[in-house]
Amino acid sequence: MATKVEDIGAPAGPAILAGREQRVLRAGFIPLMDASILIAALEAGFAAREGLTLDLVRDVSWANVRDRLAFRQFDIAHMLSPMPVASMLGLGSNPSPTITPFSLGRGGNAITLSTRLFARMQALTGLGEQASALENARALSAVVQDMRERREQPPTLGMTYPFSSHNYEFRYWLAAGGIDPDRDVKLVVVPPPLTSDALAAGAIDGFCVGAPWNMVACERGVGRIVAAKQDIWPSAPEKVIGMRPDWAEANADTVSRLIVALDAAARWCDDADNHDTLADMLAGPRYIAASKDIIRHVLAGEFSLDAKGNRRVIPDYFQFHRQSANLPRENQALWIFSQMIRWGQTGYGEQALAKAKSAFRPDLYRSALGADAAPVDGGEGLEGVADNDRFMDGHVFDPARMQEYVAGFAVRSGGAAGSDQQDF
Amino acid sequence: MRAPDLTILVIDENAVRAAIIEEGLREAGHLRVTVAHEMTGIARTIETLSPDVIIIDIENPNRDMMEHLFQLTRTVSRPIAMFVDRSDTASIEAAVDAGVSAYIVDGLRKERVKPILDMAVSRFNAFSRLQRELAEARSQLGERKVIERAKGILMKMRGLSEEEAFALLRQTAMNEKKKLADIAQSVVTAAGLLL
Repeated sequence: MATKVEDIGAPAGPAILAGREQRVLRAGFIPLMDASILIAALEAGFAAREGLTLDLVRDVSWANVRDRLAFRQFDIAHMLSPMPVASMLGLGSNPSPTITPFSLGRGGNAITLSTRLFARMQALTGLGEQASALENARALSAVVQDMRERREQPPTLGMTYPFSSHNYEFRYWLAAGGIDPDRDVKLVVVPPPLTSDALAAGAIDGFCVGAPWNMVACERGVGRIVAAKQDIWPSAPEKVIGMRPDWAEANADTVSRLIVALDAAARWCDDADNHDTLADMLAGPRYIAASKDIIRHVLAGEFSLDAKGNRRVIPDYFQFHRQSANLPRENQALWIFSQMIRWGQTGYGEQALAKAKSAFRPDLYRSALGADAAPVDGGEGLEGVADNDRFMDGHVFDPARMQEYVAGFAVRSGGAAGSDQQDF
Repeated sequence: MRAPDLTILVIDENAVRAAIIEEGLREAGHLRVTVAHEMTGIARTIETLSPDVIIIDIENPNRDMMEHLFQLTRTVSRPIAMFVDRSDTASIEAAVDAGVSAYIVDGLRKERVKPILDMAVSRFNAFSRLQRELAEARSQLGERKVIERAKGILMKMRGLSEEEAFALLRQTAMNEKKKLADIAQSVVTAAGLLL
């Protein structure tokens, strides 16, 4: 803490600056369950305890959140973890430097296919009701092949944003099953609250989004969950708190207080005893505006896979705090970078790698909470080696061998299509 | 020499507002304006039009779909969000407050784009003002009706003339420091309960 204040720099003097720091923070968020920590920080008083006032502003698109943060209308924002990485790499239509000192937990995503498509997978491959994520992906691959032979239109699949965990996780799952997401299917963007309607109307045949929208589609009987984030890679980064690096520097003490408040809120959200209160908070019209019952089930990881009563319990579906879920690990930023390369959004380079890494700031997290705040690190090591943390296709991510890792995937954007998109 | 006309695409699910913006653009001399009311088929529209400027309602959740399109297509070459000049905070604020967001093909000169955005902002604001006025007019009309009914009730029950009934309502409103329409409403409600 003390060193950070000195770091602010000479011009105005640290003491004066500290007095001028902002204590009222305008925070943008999208109505999703992984905004819980931010919402609880306000509603359960954790921010107030740190002398901060949170002004939460609900928004409708990630592009808006990004722009409002860039244009200083938001001080901090609930963001997709790949957004700061994309911003640092200069990708997207309004890249403006963005960092994250705090991850809003893990989990929450799932892949849902239309009941019609799932029935076809079962009919064609004899797929069981409790098949694994990989078996489901392979079955879809067989159906896609069958559709191609019959000259049918390939399935249209929805995700949320080009720089989203959903995009990379959906692609990872498809590719693990042998499907090329750029050639064999059509990926489109659908705003999360519209996914269930789009599926019901047949506008899309499946989607990958955050909670509670997968459960909503299944309870309505229009969708079938075929994979959860935990199946693809349990440690995959999800949402984060984004901020401008210059703002973070000018408000170092506030950032530190914010991290302390979010840490307390995250612990509170993780405690199952508080889930009833949390579900009450989230269900209201100011936040998610969805059924409290569904939110309660999602918090408990109790899934209705479909409307026929097939259920699955995922114990760690939401991890708000435990297992160091709030530490923004550099390896996670680098994994996002690897997927950006894999799908042709950017190219490999030493400088680019450093930029991608600089989006995640574990140093800020640790300086606010103490060096031992997050004992589980894995910071420098390999990813996907621990028993409970494997990638669904068994690959191991070694950030030191980025290019080899990307080249090791059988399905990736390469050749003409890949280079075509390089400069985006 | 006049620079070639810019191709402008307006995406707005609100047809009235879109028409107002389109008209403003035409008045300003922009003839290559296309309006899209829905997102269906928008990818093809963008591909064929190859617009220099795209104006889209900030409340449209499909902005994220646009971001995806820009990743896929090369016809809109490197579009950037909102403003050429990031330091122009006043303009940015005005745009966000008005509910306008825009994409501009990178490299276009600021002088060419700014008038278009300013126009969109003022038309968006004009539209909001129109809507507000309409809502006010509606509620004024409602108030007048209530006052008429209250007058009628007083005339009938207390045998007053129209002027006397109105004077009584106004005097009561002044005494109780309430709006005339509120007093009239309570008369109507009371009459409904008592009769």
